Amino acid sequence: MDATIIGAWVATGLTLFIFSFLYKDNPLFKLAENLYVGVSVGYTIVKTYDTVIVHLIWKPIVENQEWTLLIPVAIGLLMLTRYVPKAAWLSRYAFAFIVGVGAGLAIPRTVSSFILKQIEDTIRPLLMLVPGEGVTFSWNLMNPASSVNVIIVLIGVSSVLFYFFFSVEHKGPGKMVARTGVMFLMIAFGAAFGYTVMARMSLLIGRLTDLIEYSDPSYGRPTLWLALVTIGTLIALSLRSRSEPPEEG
Amino acid sequence: MIFLRRQMPLLITMITGLIFAGQYYVPHPASEQLLTSATKWLQIIGGFALVLGVTSLFQVHAAKIRRKEAGWGYSMVLYAGMLGTMAVGWWANGKESVEGVSTAFGWVYNFMMVPLQGTMFAILAFFIASAAYRSFRARSREAAVLLIAAVIVMMGRVPLGEYLVPISGDISQWILNVLNASVRRAILIGVSLGAVALSFKIIFGVERSYLGGGKE
Repeated sequence: MDATIIGAWVATGLTLFIFSFLYKDNPLFKLAENLYVGVSVGYTIVKTYDTVIVHLIWKPIVENQEWTLLIPVAIGLLMLTRYVPKAAWLSRYAFAFIVGVGAGLAIPRTVSSFILKQIEDTIRPLLMLVPGEGVTFSWNLMNPASSVNVIIVLIGVSSVLFYFFFSVEHKGPGKMVARTGVMFLMIAFGAAFGYTVMARMSLLIGRLTDLIEYSDPSYGRPTLWLALVTIGTLIALSLRSRSEPPEEG
Repeated sequence: MIFLRRQMPLLITMITGLIFAGQYYVPHPASEQLLTSATKWLQIIGGFALVLGVTSLFQVHAAKIRRKEAGWGYSMVLYAGMLGTMAVGWWANGKESVEGVSTAFGWVYNFMMVPLQGTMFAILAFFIASAAYRSFRARSREAAVLLIAAVIVMMGRVPLGEYLVPISGDISQWILNVLNASVRRAILIGVSLGAVALSFKIIFGVERSYLGGGKE
């Protein structure tokens, strides 16, 4: 049998098993869920082995004699001393190195890219110099760089930052600024929610498209047969749980 | 001994932290080479960290199987999935396809991992919709604003929404590019200030929880 046809049956079965959770938690879903964790971990192990052991350690050392790479290998091995209680403290050296490098790298880059650059992009000129028209104030909302949008972004960033600034009590004019910040936050949360819902819908459409494709006779109609098997199993499980006396506890 | 166990790791953190913070301000090829090497080193060390995680997963499920706890059969399924994927992965040298032809590892990826991952995230659409139904009632002005923004963005992302309300696409884009961007920028600035402060605390040994507990 063609590997694609077997694949279609496996993919359809696993998809339907996961969808069965919409009815209720059941053994078919748990089976697919645990398989997902197993396959994902296996995949990550293989990819990490290929990237780290083969391409970052073995090949550079054997082919290019980059012996300095033995230092990170030694630091990495120190991590594994956590399994030897008497030597577990050695793993602190590995964590100290990672955290130290991470913290050191983070300070200048965060200040430059995520603080100064963001402030620079927030405080922009309100008037634009357009050739032929001279100095203008752009009202075009659809252009994120227009003058009116520059003002809105400035108000949004300032008010949200003020809302999270707790060293000053939010009262009087401060209360109004903080409430403006809350409104901006609500709009952003709503937008993020809507965006996430649509992303999930897109995935759902993708899965349903696959199920429709696999209902084709050329694959042996796995969608139809496996949907029947899934529904039948759920009915059988439901009947069995009804006939069994409830567990005491 | 106490120096080696307690002070030495703090010293390592301080020295590496100061070196790599200073590296940014040294425009010299040697400095760039240091950064490249450090990035590679972190990748290698990160690979060993995976061993810790996988071992922990192995131990948890091995204990479940050994004690025949409820659902131990699912732990067997997890083991089978993991070991099976590793076997075909190493057999295929970690490649999903060779000269355009899918390997067994590619088959596992395309017909097991992709459908499982896609469906797992897709069912969240139902739960998000259900949560929205329960929480999205315009009980206050803030909730109403959140609801309206979500509806506009959702309508603007699909052809039907734009067909029903032609301007919804433009408004959705404006919300995402201007209002949403301004909030994200403010949050990013706040989070970054916190991250910089935390990095300084780590480098100077004020924050040391990453070293773990223990008597020494």
